Amino acid sequence: MSITRRKFLSWLGAATAGTTLGNTANAASNKHFSGYPNSMGVLFDNTRCIGCRKCEEGCNTVNELPAPERPFDDLSVLNTRRRTDAKTYTIVNRYDAVSNVKIKGPLYRKVQCNHCLEPACASACFVRAFSKTKKGAVIYDASVCVGCRYCMIACPFEIPTYEYDSAFEPRVMKCTMCSPRIEKGLLPGCVEVCPTEALTYGKRTNLLQVARARISKFPDRYVNHIYGENEMGGTSWLYLSAVPYKEVGMREDLGVTPAPKLTAGALSGVPIVVGIWPVLLTGIYAMSKRKEKIANTETKLAVAAAVEQANTEAKANLKSEIEAVNKMKQKEIDNAVKKALEEAAKPKEEEDSDAQPEKAEKKPSEEGS
Amino acid sequence: MSDEAATTGKPLLTPFNVIAGIIVVLGLIVTVLRFTVGLDAVTNLSDYNPWGIWIGFDLLVGVALAAGGYVTSAAVYLFGMKKYHSAVRPAILTGFLGYTLVVIALHYDVGRPWRLPYPFIMQRGTTSLLFEVAACVALYLTVLFIEFSPAAMEWLGLKRARKLVVRLTILLTIFGVVLSTLHQSSLGALFLIAPAKLHPLWYSPYLPVYFFVSSIIAGLSMVIFESTLSHRYFADKMDAAHLKEKDTVALGFGKAASLVLAGYFIIKVIGVSEGNNWHLLSTNYGLWFLVELLGFVALPCFLYAVGVRDKNIKLIKWTAAWTVLGLVVNRLNISLVAFNWHLPASERYFPHWMEIVITVFLVTLGVLAFRFIVTRMPILYSHPDYEDH
Repeated sequence: MSITRRKFLSWLGAATAGTTLGNTANAASNKHFSGYPNSMGVLFDNTRCIGCRKCEEGCNTVNELPAPERPFDDLSVLNTRRRTDAKTYTIVNRYDAVSNVKIKGPLYRKVQCNHCLEPACASACFVRAFSKTKKGAVIYDASVCVGCRYCMIACPFEIPTYEYDSAFEPRVMKCTMCSPRIEKGLLPGCVEVCPTEALTYGKRTNLLQVARARISKFPDRYVNHIYGENEMGGTSWLYLSAVPYKEVGMREDLGVTPAPKLTAGALSGVPIVVGIWPVLLTGIYAMSKRKEKIANTETKLAVAAAVEQANTEAKANLKSEIEAVNKMKQKEIDNAVKKALEEAAKPKEEEDSDAQPEKAEKKPSEEGS
Repeated sequence: MSDEAATTGKPLLTPFNVIAGIIVVLGLIVTVLRFTVGLDAVTNLSDYNPWGIWIGFDLLVGVALAAGGYVTSAAVYLFGMKKYHSAVRPAILTGFLGYTLVVIALHYDVGRPWRLPYPFIMQRGTTSLLFEVAACVALYLTVLFIEFSPAAMEWLGLKRARKLVVRLTILLTIFGVVLSTLHQSSLGALFLIAPAKLHPLWYSPYLPVYFFVSSIIAGLSMVIFESTLSHRYFADKMDAAHLKEKDTVALGFGKAASLVLAGYFIIKVIGVSEGNNWHLLSTNYGLWFLVELLGFVALPCFLYAVGVRDKNIKLIKWTAAWTVLGLVVNRLNISLVAFNWHLPASERYFPHWMEIVITVFLVTLGVLAFRFIVTRMPILYSHPDYEDH
């Protein structure tokens, strides 16, 4: 019930969940998903549509949707531009000014889910409420839907709608391609009631051939472009038009990239971040820790060295001071001795004449003590 | 409230309390409407505009402005910038409250909020960027709760539990940075799937990078902004270290913000160049893009640089507020203004007043919770019984 692309992209997200399954990584490969083989589709040819709104009625009936405000045979609703809503899976809009001279009168456009081969809604849903069936329908499971409405953001065709008025069981509402009916072998409701064969149901591959055949048979009647063949990677619904598609309100600027590819790059960043950041950050932490440690050690060493230097300097100072003091003392002693000797010499000189030597010898010993 | 008045000794009927009280009452009424009547009754959401301000502001802006937690804790614990230590707890608290409010806001926005765990317990939609956002936000909220818990444990006196959690600091910080990188960028990557709906000037394959880098800017600016407000209203709760480091934080974070803004400016220009969208600059959307790029990226980059050079704390503070506003402008541009730009004006979204009531209500709850916590727990001061971690 799920799509290959989603499967092979899932490993990326699985890394987020912390579980790495053994899936092969094909996101970057040249693998291209071009739809399930034999899947079904519908071809809408706007040159055949008469704007009778029977398809709207058929859709409403088979899907058991609420009755519209104005009945389906009231064609005046075509005067306003409408869109699908929570009570309407499909609508028809009228476009009056058309550039193809071969077409008389207005053209109509039928709007419903295009059932992308690789649906944006399914890729965007974080609870896998959408899936692409093998038959081609994109179906929705309301029993798991959280109601984040990211599918509505993602859908390039602005198809999913929401039951904003429900407080307790709001659902996303959109065309199911009548999946329950086609599983039973019945036609989708709109196709079954279309009175002009503007809608053709069949294998998508066959429908492409049918469309090409019509273009080549009536080259003046159709623009040479099958809308949906490649748009957003291809859709199960295909369109033929008498005028360029933008004239009937269909966007031609969507590109051919399937929606899942648009986010594959960002998803592939997940394992890179999960793988690299912890290692890098632990490394940065280790570095800053180490820097801090080195800084601490260096500070300690510097402090120790400074202390030691101060100590040695202090010791040296002390020593020199002691020496200086000692020197001074010695000097004083020497001076005193000298003085005493000199003083002693004086009386001696006198003694030499007076003859009293004992007195002079006694004095220096008294001074020294 | 009465408890508050008792502990602080302030009168209960301050103008702030009265206004906050009115907002809370209004918010509760709208809450009842939202959950009993449905989204339709209180929002202008439509099938074209499935996301309004509850996603654009509450989720995108809320998550970006709560980035201060991982930015600050990474700077202090991993990069070893200890001088900003006093900024960690307020930043973690702001982050924790921010993410809590984001999760509460999501309960209003999603259709069936009671199913929010479904992506984890029922079916994992791993191809969805939203799954990545959900997983990372859920995990990161847990991480922030644990990172915040030591403050609560100090308040409650749970010494042993606190010791255990503090030991996990580095692990939690690394985990926080990894998770933040992932979901900040994924919020931008959410829009990668809609190139047809987002204006080409804002749509870029670099959206995830833009969101991540701008979240760093928002985180840094929010720390300065929040510290300015805290200093104004809770200065009595700050200890000497906080008062002393306040200007250091403003100067350091201002410098960092200036540098990151410069880098952001360059990659934004590269984005325009990569998409070759120069010709769109002369359109109305282009002018608005230039207002964002020049007015809210280049200008604050310059003002921060001048403020840091001149040590002009006042200028840095004003620039921080301006940068925060710029982040709001950017996120709203991507989610609302430039989104669905192709639709006619009649199909465009403008918020219902009740959506605004809920957003203001949630922000008010955040401010009240912040006040409740900083007036009780050791956020703006270090608890004397515990050493810093």
